[in-house]
Parts: sequence; C-alpha cells; structure tokens
Amino acid sequence: MSVTRDDLIDFIYAEARMLDEGRYDEWIDLWLPDGHYWMPLDYKQEDPLHVTSLLYEDIFMLKLRVERLNGARTFSQKPKSRGHHVIQRPFVDEMDDEAGRYVTNTSMHYVETRLDEQQLLALTAIHELKLVDGRLRIANKRVDLLNCDAAFGNIQLLP
Amino acid sequence: MGRYTDNPAAIAGLVRGGEVHRDTYIDPEIYKLEMKHLFANAWVFVGHESQTPGKGDYFTTQIGDQPVIQVRHTDGEIKVLYNRCPHKGTKIAIDRTGNTGKFFRCPYHAWSFKTDGCLLAIPLKKGYADTDFDQSEAKAGMRAVGAVKNYRGFIFARLAEEGISFEEFFGNSLSSLDNMVERSPAGKLEVAGPPLRYMHRCNWKMLVENQTDTCHPMVAHESSAGTAVQIWKDLGYTEDDPKPPAMEIIAPFMSPYEFFENMGIRTWPNGHGHTGVTESIHSKYSEITGYMGSMIEAYGEEKAKAILSENRHNTVYFPNIMIKGPIQQLRVFIPLAADKTLVESYIYRLVDAPDELVARNAMYNRMINAPTSIVGHDDLEMYERAQEGLHSDGLEWVNVQRLYTEEEDYAEERVENGTTERQMRNQFDAWVKFMTADMTAKEAAE
Repeated sequence: MSVTRDDLIDFIYAEARMLDEGRYDEWIDLWLPDGHYWMPLDYKQEDPLHVTSLLYEDIFMLKLRVERLNGARTFSQKPKSRGHHVIQRPFVDEMDDEAGRYVTNTSMHYVETRLDEQQLLALTAIHELKLVDGRLRIANKRVDLLNCDAAFGNIQLLP
Repeated sequence: MGRYTDNPAAIAGLVRGGEVHRDTYIDPEIYKLEMKHLFANAWVFVGHESQTPGKGDYFTTQIGDQPVIQVRHTDGEIKVLYNRCPHKGTKIAIDRTGNTGKFFRCPYHAWSFKTDGCLLAIPLKKGYADTDFDQSEAKAGMRAVGAVKNYRGFIFARLAEEGISFEEFFGNSLSSLDNMVERSPAGKLEVAGPPLRYMHRCNWKMLVENQTDTCHPMVAHESSAGTAVQIWKDLGYTEDDPKPPAMEIIAPFMSPYEFFENMGIRTWPNGHGHTGVTESIHSKYSEITGYMGSMIEAYGEEKAKAILSENRHNTVYFPNIMIKGPIQQLRVFIPLAADKTLVESYIYRLVDAPDELVARNAMYNRMINAPTSIVGHDDLEMYERAQEGLHSDGLEWVNVQRLYTEEEDYAEERVENGTTERQMRNQFDAWVKFMTADMTAKEAAE
C-alpha cells in the first residue's frame, strides 16, 4: 500500500485524540517496540542520554506510565487529570516510500487540568513514523516544549 | 514585627522533642526570619565550579531569597556577589549562565565592575566630584557575600561576614561529598547539562525532611514502583533476573520496611545526616565495563573497592541540599516563600569514567526528579496536601517522634535504625540554633 499525506496527517490527529480520550491501550499499540518518547529539558537539546531530559522513555516505561494512571493507589491521580490538544495541520517533512519512513512536525497547544488548576503548554511534536505490515506506527516521538527550561509543577499526562 | 521577630524563646518553643509546631512550615514571618538568620548564617550551596569554567563565566542563582552571581574572576578564583547594582538596584545579570568578559556592566546607566565586584568606572564621573561619593555604599561596588568556600569543586557561601567556619559547620559530613568526588578516577566532577527545575507549592523543609524519610517510598510510590515490579512479573521475569537500568532504579523503591531499618541512618552535628549506612537502594546497580579497572589504576585496589562499596543513599547538607554519591546527583531546595520551593536537580559526570555512568545518572534524574516523573508526582501530591492540611486548626503540631529518646544529643555523630526520624529532629535542632544565634546576640548588644 502507499501512504498519502492525508494518511500521515490523519494519524497525527488520531493519536492526539487517543491521548485526550485516555485510550492508552490503543495508544501504546501505535508504538514500535524499540521506540522512544523524548521530551528534552533544554532548548534545541541534541543528546537524550548523557544530560537530563524531562522524558526519554522506552515502551516499558510508557506502559508503566499509563498503567499507573489507573492504579488504586495513584494518589496524584485522585482525582484524575484531564488533557486536551489543539493541533495545527502537521507539516510532512520527510516521505520515503521506499524505506516506509515518514517524518512530521506538528505545532500544538496542550492544556492539562486537575482540580482548580489548569496549565497551557505550547509544543512542537516531531513524529518518526514507519509503515510496518501495512500499518503506520510510531518509531520515535520528540516533544519540544516552548518553555522546556521553565520551572513546572506537575505535568502528569502526555503532552 | 510579629511574635517571632527578635524573640529567640518563641522560636525555640516551636520545637519540642519529637514535635514541631506548624508555624515553622506555614508562617510567612518565620520564612522571613529563616532568610534573615538561618540562610545568612549557615553555609549554603551555590553551584559547582564547572558551571563557570572560564574567566568571566557566570551563573545566577539564589542563596535563600538573595539573588547572587557565581563568577570566575580574572585571577581564576570563584567569587559570589549579590546580583544588584549598587547604583539603583538593577539586577546585573538575569540570564542563568553567560560570560561577562573582564567586567560586569549594568545595562541601566553603564556603571561597570570588575568580576570581584569592585567599581571600575562610572560615566560622567565628574558629576560625583564634589559629593561625598567616596563615603557612599555604592563606591564599594557590587557587594560580595561574607565568605566563599570551594570544596572539591562545590561552591558554598555564608552571607554573614562573621560566623561559623566551613570546616566546623560541616565536620565529618564532608565524607559524603568526598565519596562522590572520589568515584571519578581523576577525583573530579563536571556538571552534566542544566538542572531539572520543579516548582513545589510547599515549604522547603518538607522536601529536606523527605530525603531521609525511609517510611514513605513503599507507600507513596507504590503506584509507580509497585506497578513496575508487577509489570516485570507479568512479563515472566523473576526478582533474580538481570534487570534493565530503569528497573534497577525503580524496583528498590518497593523494598520492605526491614530493608530500610537495616540500612541505617547517620546524623552529624549542625543538621547534616544520611540514609544508607550499610547499603542502600543504589547498592545493586550493575557494574559498568571498564570502570572498576580505571578506579583500581587510579587509587589501587583496596582504596578503589572501599570507595565503591560505600553506597550512601541520601545525604542532607543542612539547610537545603541533598546529594547522592553513588549516582552523582545534587538537589537544591530553594525557598521562595513559606509555601513555595523551587527544586533544582543536577547531575555530574565523573571525569575519566565511562559514559554509561552519567547516562544512568540522567535516567535516574528524569525518572525520579522531573516535573514529568511518575515518582515525583506522588511526592509533590503529598507535600501540597500537607501544606494545605497544616492550616487545619484541629491540631497544631507535626509529629517527628519515630524512635525518639529523651537522651538524644545532636552534637554527637550517631548511627541508628534506618527508620528513625532522628535526622529530621537533628535538622530542627540546627534550625533553632541558626535561627536564634544572632538574634540572641542582638538583644545582648542592646
């Protein structure tokens, strides 16, 4: 099968909706097993490994993160947070049909709320997608917060 | 002036044996007095020398509520200056790091200062010719803090001109910093990237106390560490199977009470202390290929093994930092208000050691100390609930009585059962001491 720009763009929109609706099992299933979700701490950070990041998580850690959200003793999620993405039409930066590899760049505003508090984060998400067995999957995802170096309170869900 | 200002007896009355009055956490007057007395008279962490490696390199931070600049002077020494132009009060630097060359120049009226703070030049100087400018405070330039000590690369400052010496303040507690530094075959650390910055709406002392609170991990962190252990089991692994680094880090948080009881707590005079005397949650990390060899080459086999067999968990340096020697980490709890604390979590690279070590430090930092951390989330939840709960008038005292005895003498170094709250009491003993030391002196001088 061939992948169109619309397929890529629809994929990004659908992923954001899964996160906002808390459909985490479906969301985890989008990922390829050796993927990483990276949220740098520094502006234009290049190294995810030898300096600190906000997140740099493999599938094991992502599964743990979403599993925890539903735990009976997850005190910081009693009551639960809610998240909401408003996304701009993704740029398709790379389309390599031969390799089945695609890169998108998407601007988003992400709102997270719990109790009386609400915070707004502006971010750019870069998705590396791969076509595997006729299905688009997330190979890697990088989320750059515009104010990555600011002091935050809790950010509990996935921007 | 409220009820605690210039009233050492009222301050001392806030701490009684195994109980502490809630005003220590929620009263804005107490916060102001902490800044004026405690943070001025104690030795407070500023930064690491590798944050300002070259001449003119600077870094801005706070000692308590006082904005300061750590800067490398033209003679290579590190100076700590108040971040305030002596002219109109303008902050001289507001970026977190930078290089100022040979002098600071105030962006408002171009007064300039050498990097030790001395006044270098003022435009239109003749306007001051017939004034008493020479007698003014401004003539002295940017003011330096009372005293600075560079201890194996870690910069500490005392704001007060006179007071306790660095050596007397820290005493034997420096053994934890020594161990962290000696884990480098070169005996040297370098800061690895910027710190995590995490804002807490709670009092700074709750964070410091939590560092040696060994009865909370298996409760507050069950949702993260307990779930990790469960997922691991569901994948078909047993406890003895080799674990990936993330599991090595998080699984020990679920260790039973017995483990924490046996690991021990050591306290030193002046409010310092550490958990993990015999072993700790950091003891069972996998060896990194090549590291032991380079340590033996640097120190000889006996000393190398002695350095690496010390696996202290959290060392609290009173008043407001914690270090983890085995994973080269430092957290500073900067008090911004009675109910607001900025936590900055640094990691360091061991010079001449394999990169896998700093990668582990970075992983630990983001997994445990980040605003996005599934462990940090539950800690912050507890602190913020406590900060709100303390305003309840049902009770006025906080209990820190675990394994308390009336004979406790905080002036002596002691090793105790690892679940004692002695280190919290030790901190409050030092708290009263440094809050009231120069308060009493003032009254006597009157």
